[in-house]
Amino acid sequence: MNVAIFILFALLCLGGALNLLLQRHPINSALSLIVVMSSLSVLYLLLGAEFLALAQIIVYSGAIMVLFVFVIMLLNAGEEERTHGSRAAYFAGIPGVLALFAVLAGTFVTLRLSFGGTRLGAFLVTTGDLSRVLFRNLLLPFEVTSVLILVAILGAVVLARKEH
Amino acid sequence: MNIPIFVLLNLLKVAVVTVIFLMAVAYTVLLERKLVGRIQNRWGPSRVGPFGLLQPLADGLKLFLKEDLMPSAVFRPLFIMAPIIALSCALISIGVIPFGENIRWHGVDMFQIADLNIGLLVILGVTSVGIYGIALSGWSSNNKYSLLGSLRSSAQMVSYELALGLSVIGVVLRTGSLRLRDIVNLQNTHGILSWNIFGGLQIVAFFIYLCAAFAETNRTPFDLPEAESELTAGYHTEYSSMKFAMFFMAEYANMITVGCVATVLFLGGWSSPFGDLFPAFGGPVAQALLPVFWFVLKVFSFLFLYVWVRGTLPRFRYDQLMGFGWKFLLPIAVLNVMATSLVLAFHG
Amino acid sequence: MTVPIVWYLVLSAALFSIGVCGFLIKRNIITIFMSIELMLNAVNLAFVTFANHWHQVSGQIFVFFVMVVAAAEAAVGLAIIISLFRSRNTLNVDQIDLMKL
Repeated sequence: MNVAIFILFALLCLGGALNLLLQRHPINSALSLIVVMSSLSVLYLLLGAEFLALAQIIVYSGAIMVLFVFVIMLLNAGEEERTHGSRAAYFAGIPGVLALFAVLAGTFVTLRLSFGGTRLGAFLVTTGDLSRVLFRNLLLPFEVTSVLILVAILGAVVLARKEH
Repeated sequence: MNIPIFVLLNLLKVAVVTVIFLMAVAYTVLLERKLVGRIQNRWGPSRVGPFGLLQPLADGLKLFLKEDLMPSAVFRPLFIMAPIIALSCALISIGVIPFGENIRWHGVDMFQIADLNIGLLVILGVTSVGIYGIALSGWSSNNKYSLLGSLRSSAQMVSYELALGLSVIGVVLRTGSLRLRDIVNLQNTHGILSWNIFGGLQIVAFFIYLCAAFAETNRTPFDLPEAESELTAGYHTEYSSMKFAMFFMAEYANMITVGCVATVLFLGGWSSPFGDLFPAFGGPVAQALLPVFWFVLKVFSFLFLYVWVRGTLPRFRYDQLMGFGWKFLLPIAVLNVMATSLVLAFHG
Repeated sequence: MTVPIVWYLVLSAALFSIGVCGFLIKRNIITIFMSIELMLNAVNLAFVTFANHWHQVSGQIFVFFVMVVAAAEAAVGLAIIISLFRSRNTLNVDQIDLMKL
């Protein structure tokens, strides 16, 4: 059961990510990214992060991606133009990405025995556990992030405002 | 526990809840037409069946048999997908709402589909994903009225979601849990006096929730996404037949869900307004069904309020809508959270 | 039946690599920005996986902060994209590579 759910949603993730790469219209890319994010939230549930799973849906699928879709609709972005792009990106970048993936995957696979397995319910972080750490041990970073968000809002307002 | 019976009973429960929910959606439409008719000094639908009670059936049949028009310049995949997203998001959230006491039969919770630790977050999450139905329908229709309607609607829903989320925090602080059953159980002790809206002093939060919920469901006085006088019909201008019916059902399903959530969070869920004032009567079946009756009554009065407001208030202007959300609701929601947490810190 | 932790990690690595690929190949600035979000999500998955493996909450705390920062970043980034589009009337990165508005 665990394995079946994992495989289903991992495939959805990979399919969505590849579709993001292959689609030419930004709105299709945005929708495939929403699929990726929502299936990731199911994987979070499998890993016992119930609060984060729903935060993923609310923050990523429900707020950030709505902003993306909103901007795509506002600017009426059309199909992507095929231009040559940077040569360095193709000749150094793509092999670099493959090498990166090979190194990461190789490392993980060689270490597979020490990692072992997990299943639903093996480890559960409730909202209470998470907030206890967040509001007792990490209160200062939490407050600082609120300042960060305030600065970001101001920056966004100033940047997007029309010049008079 | 017998696994096949467990699975079968669960499937049956889902089917029954879905059917009742869809029937409720259909009859909410009739309720609205009847009540608005009475408010405007006319009869409302009265021809089909006694008192027009079969009108939803006739409407459904009409929408089902209409020609399904597909305008030529639309973005087809999204145009078809948008109403499906809207309707499915509207139907999902009913799955976490508790209708009655936790009574188990063969290990199956009879009055709730899924009892989750994070039930409240699920409702907020599903609501926030439901925006895509409206946003994509407007964009894919390739029509300026639809696009304007959907842009307005996405901006409106994103803005009011903040106030909605903040208004709920007071209740969560009181309960210390996101489980909807815990939230109701806390209000279950002394009847109406222990409901969050009165005993919990969350009446400001209830007002904020009410306004934000009206805006989230695109209802008067915040029905700018489909303002007939400016945008023909807003985001669903280009839709016809079943695709239009799906948007229509989604709107009313959202109204019912919002009513259920308001009942659970502020009005004591299935608990009786009299507490234990009157002695229990009837057999175990009546004991199990009485809470459901209270629940339905509360949701019904919430829907009544919806229609009443629609029959009474005029529509806001767009800048008034945004100003109301950001400059009025959001600050008082923050103040309410601060006040609630201060009270809980010193007296809780 | 348990799911090997390694599968989650390899999935996260794959998503990250696809994100980098998208960042290099795509020519629409909004899609490039979405590839960055994909990379952030891939890293989040790795964090949650390690939190599960070591039975520690801190991995999830990291994800929480990443989400907050990602939200702030999306707001500012999209504002930059809108003001770029206003001055250049294009979203193609090959025509907006002067590093000024």
